[in-house]
Formats: sequence, C-alpha cells, structure tokens
Amino acid sequence: MAVLVDAETRLLVQGIGTEGTNHLRRSVAYGTNVVAAIHPRRGGEDVDGIPIFTTAEQAVSATGANVGIIFVPAPGAADAILEEAAAGIPLIVCITEGIPVLDMVKVKAALRATKSTLIGPNCPGVITPGTKTRVGIMPGDVFLPGRVGVVSRSGTLVYEVVAQLTAEGIGQSTCIGVGGDPIIGTPQIEAVRMLNEDPDTDAIVMVGEIGGSAEQEAARYIKEHVKKPVVAFIAGATAPPGRRMGHAGAIISGEDGKAENKKAALRAAGAIVSDSPAEIGITMKKALG
Amino acid sequence: MKLHEYQARDLLAQNGVAVTAGRVASTPAEAKAIAAELGGKVVVKAQIHAGGRGKGRLVSESETAAMYEKLTTDPANNSGQVKGDRVGGVRLADTPEEAEQAAAAILGKHLVSIQTGPEGKLVNRVLVAEQTDIAKEYYLAIIIDGAQGSPLIMASAEGGQEIEVVAANNPGAIIREAINPAAGFEPYVGRTLAASLGFSGDQAAQFSAIAEGLYNTLVASDASLVEINPLAVTDDGRVVAVDAKLTIDDNAMFRHKDLAELRDKTEEDPLEVLAQDLGVANFIKLEGNIGCVVNGAGLAMATMDTIKLAGGEPANFLDIGTVNDPQRVVNALKVILEDESVKAILVNIFGGMARVDIIAQGVIMAHEQMKIDVPVVMRLVGTNLAEGEKLVEESGLPLIRAKELAEAAQKAVEAANAA
Repeated sequence: MAVLVDAETRLLVQGIGTEGTNHLRRSVAYGTNVVAAIHPRRGGEDVDGIPIFTTAEQAVSATGANVGIIFVPAPGAADAILEEAAAGIPLIVCITEGIPVLDMVKVKAALRATKSTLIGPNCPGVITPGTKTRVGIMPGDVFLPGRVGVVSRSGTLVYEVVAQLTAEGIGQSTCIGVGGDPIIGTPQIEAVRMLNEDPDTDAIVMVGEIGGSAEQEAARYIKEHVKKPVVAFIAGATAPPGRRMGHAGAIISGEDGKAENKKAALRAAGAIVSDSPAEIGITMKKALG
Repeated sequence: MKLHEYQARDLLAQNGVAVTAGRVASTPAEAKAIAAELGGKVVVKAQIHAGGRGKGRLVSESETAAMYEKLTTDPANNSGQVKGDRVGGVRLADTPEEAEQAAAAILGKHLVSIQTGPEGKLVNRVLVAEQTDIAKEYYLAIIIDGAQGSPLIMASAEGGQEIEVVAANNPGAIIREAINPAAGFEPYVGRTLAASLGFSGDQAAQFSAIAEGLYNTLVASDASLVEINPLAVTDDGRVVAVDAKLTIDDNAMFRHKDLAELRDKTEEDPLEVLAQDLGVANFIKLEGNIGCVVNGAGLAMATMDTIKLAGGEPANFLDIGTVNDPQRVVNALKVILEDESVKAILVNIFGGMARVDIIAQGVIMAHEQMKIDVPVVMRLVGTNLAEGEKLVEESGLPLIRAKELAEAAQKAVEAANAA
C-alpha cells in the first residue's frame, strides 16, 4: 500500500516552466499517472498530450486529479497551494524553495480549514517505487521497491540515503521529503506516524538537520509508538551556531537546534543514530538483521 | 538580513512604537550636533550587528583576536566592572562635547564583544539617543514559531539581559502569546500581556500600543524577528523602546526593494559578499581548508560532517542549488579559490533537480578560465550522470574521482593534508 502516493495517484502539475515541464516528463517516464497541468495563460494546450488547464478547479473536475505538485516560483507559490486546496485536492506537494515565511504562516492557517495535506515546501517530493509513483524531483533510478520508509528534511540527503539502501539491496516503501523551511505542511513527526502505521513499511530512516525542534517532537512519538527499527541521522553537527545553512529552517538558535541534542533525544527514544551520513545504509542493514 | 539598531528603530517608529529620541552619526562632529539638539544628555551607541556592546572593547584591527580570547576565556573581563578608555561601545555623555568625545573613542575602532567573534566589528556609525532614567526594564519580541506556524510574542518583566539567560535561569518569567494570523493583533493580546507583566492604567495602554506596533512592524517588513530589549518604563512614567533588533526574512526581499538598501555589506564576510555578488547565494565561510561545492543544503551539511569525521575541516558551506548555468559552478569555484586557506576542493553532487552534466561542464569551464592549483575531488551521482561522466572523461582533467560519500571525503582530506 505504501503512504501518500500510490497506483491511485492522478497527478496534476502546476507551474510548467523549464523545471516543471522537465520533471513532468521524468515522472511520466518513471511510470507515474500524470493527468493534468496548469498554466494561467496556456489553458487548452497540452504537454506531450497531457491537457493544460487555466485553473486547478477546471483540472480537477475534468480529470479527477487527486495529487498536485507545485513548481510555481516563490512569489506565487502560496497562492498556488491555496488554489489547489480550494479545488479540493487532498494531497499537495510544493517543491518551491524560498517562499516568505509569513506567506507560509498564512497558508498553514488557511489549510486548517480544508481537507488538504501539504508536503513541503522546499522539498524533493514523495515517491513510492513499488507503484512507480514519483511526485517530486528525485532521480528515479536510485530507488528500489521494498519495505523501508524514508523521511527527510533535505532533498539531496534522500537521494544519498536511498542510494546507500539500494546498494545494500534494501528497497523502499515510500520516501517523503518533508522540506527544509521553518514552516512546513507535514512535519517529521507526521511523516514518521504515517510510515509507522503503514503495514507495508518494516523500518524507517529519519534524516533530520540542525535548527528547530521537529526531531525532538518526532523522537517523543517514536519513543511512545514506534516498534519498527528507526535509523536516524542529523546533518549539521559541524555547522556554526547562528548561521542559516542554506535551508531557512537550518539555523541553530537554541539548545533544541543543536545536532548533539537532537541525536540524544532520538537515541533516548530507541532510534539507532548514525554519526556518519555515509553509514546509514549499512546501519539499516544491521538493524534489519 | 540583519538591521542595525538605528535602522530597526526607524521601522518601529514608522509603525507606531514609542522609541527614544535620537539619530545616527558617522562623525564625532555629527554626534555633537545631535546631542546638542537632544539637550546634551545622551547615550552614544556603537552600531554593529552583534550584541554585548556595552561590555565590549574598542581596539585596533590587529588586536581583535587577542582581545576576543581574553573576553571569552576570563569571565572577569566581561563582568561589566572593568573600567578604562577602551571599555564600552555604549557610553553616556552629559554634554554635546562629551558626546563628541565618546563618538571619537568609538568610531573607526573595532568593537570586540563575546558575540562578535575574533574579528570584532569595525564601527562606522553611532546612534546618539536621549538618556532615559529607567525605573524598570522589560523584554518584548515577536518570532515566527515554526512548529505552530504562527507569530509568537515573547515578553518578560526581566528585561535588559539576554533572553537566553532568562530562559535558562527562570523559564517561568517568559510569557508566550501566539497570534492567530487570520485575526492579526487583536486588542485582547495587548491587554492580556500587559496584565501578565504587571502593567496597569495608562502604562498598560502604552504597552499595548507598543506590542501592536511591533506586530505591525513584523508584518510590514516581513521580519522573522523583532525584539525590544530593554523596553523601559521611565521615571516619568513613559513606556519606551531603548534598544531594537530586527531581522528581515531573506526570502521576502523580492517584495521589499526599499529595505534592500539597509543592507550593510561591511558587516558581512568579504568572501560571502563576493559569493552573493556572483550569484552564489548559499555560501558561508568556515575555518577549515577543504572547499566544498555541493547541491542541497542537507547534503552540503552532511558533506561537512563527513569531512570532519575523516579528520579534515571544511573551508565553507556551499549549496549550489539547482544549476541551469555552468557559469554558476565557475563562480562558486572562483569564490572558494579566493580563500587562501583552501588546500583541496570537494565537489559532491547528487543530481535531482540539479543536473550532473551541467556541473561537470562548469568544473571543466573553470579549469579553462582560471588556474586551479589545488587538487579537486569530484563525486557525481544522479540526474544525467552518464552525460556528466562522458564530459569529465573527454576533458582529460586531473580530477580525483570518488563514487561514495565517505570515499570522497577521505580523498579530499588526504589531498589537503598532502598539500
């Protein structure tokens, strides 16, 4: 079954500039059911036979799209998220990086009144290799169908972790990039909960990073509810405090933000914490026995 | 983007926050004139992007590292009891002449405090503001609470000291009140906070107006942090902001062209300024000798961590992002090579949105355009790998290749140590 995206996914792509179009094609090539695209001035046209609509509402009513992916540039991204939520799309994945934090304050508040789940922004998306469902920007060929779920704030670390798992012969159920911004739609604790409740996931890799306290919150959940093996890594042990390390959320501003405290919380919760990002695959192999 | 105190005060005042009277000066003569306008009794405050100014030391550029060492290793030096001509980036003056002297002692010097780092901060401006007879000091700030996704007001009756110190020693003394972003700042928020802090009558109204003005400043300037510390009650019963700190969300700068001119490049590391000017946005200078070019913030941090585990030290953090133009790779390498401590470079790319072939093109172009006299270790994986590998192979460049992350870090450390 996996989580979030699967064979039932009917994908809508909003923002079909160079990157959006490129990744629409890659998702189609991977085997994903892409049913519609949105462009405010190109309604009626198509991308490789996939119809373009002017609005999300039109796209949903014409195609039954149930997952939306957003590539719209930062100034218009909050608007795009809210448009898809208003159109009733249950799962919205926002790839866009650099959205103003006050825009996300507004989005987060508005989404509470809808049934939509948001993944991201500033994330690589979600992929379920077993059903060839790629809702994101990840390189599809490093993924292998299997039973380990991956949760990560960072996109490229998803690829790194998955490449290591795949090299060890360990396949993945669903990989969720939750995003690197301070305000995200689905924090790590929620993503871990989804994978914990998924009968097709046997173990979980959680990749966190410095800044905020989302890893500690996930750790509290893991301690109480998770019996599956959890392997964790926290990026940024060597980062200086007070500096924003690329991700807007990756800045050490308090005790919870430090890598060592996040690792300690996860260890106390029963997770196996790898100090090296290069040893996550082998650590999971050992954990699975 | 951090603002100076005088800039933050201006934004606060524009949004209805009561601040002390005062203006910025860049010469002792200007400081004297402003002090005369304000009636003579003023405070002269160094304008730098760091705290701890009052207990800081004013020294020449060559003395900063030694002074920083002294301040950070011996707490007695930072007790506030030490007196002397070089002590204090915040000074009281009772006459315009004293203000002139204070400005002369501060301007053009490097101010070193426990927060400036060993380089200290060159002081180019001072704020000259009215002296206030403070009866009590409070703390008031608004941050964005990522977990709740809403603005959060933090207030304390224990103002005038670092809020982190209050949080550590007396966490109960910090009052938190979330703002519902859909409703904005409703009057009850001000009343509730004022009552919790012990304000009553006219002072409660003054406090509420300041809290509302602070929220309006946050929204109007897309700030991720606004802070007043201390917020003072004066002997004559006024509630007024005596200091101000404001950080603007870099992601929102596209809609604040007017605020862009408030950026003070002299506060930033010269290499980071060069990187920004060359379009390499996510570059942070560090202390080590292995230059890093990585895509993705998480992988960039993980690469630094792996270098450290292999016994090396990264010279920088660099997330090159999604590269459509190989020139950006050239520019990134240009910035790294400007750093004389760099003894080896590690290029670690896991292509997703970024394409490996564009990165490879960039590395090859860089070798054509400039002299690269340090070893370059390169690890390429992901989108368009085959095309990238072909380019590298055909170039015949002496790149040290690696397939795995740990291997790449190990080779970079070995190359740096051999240099």
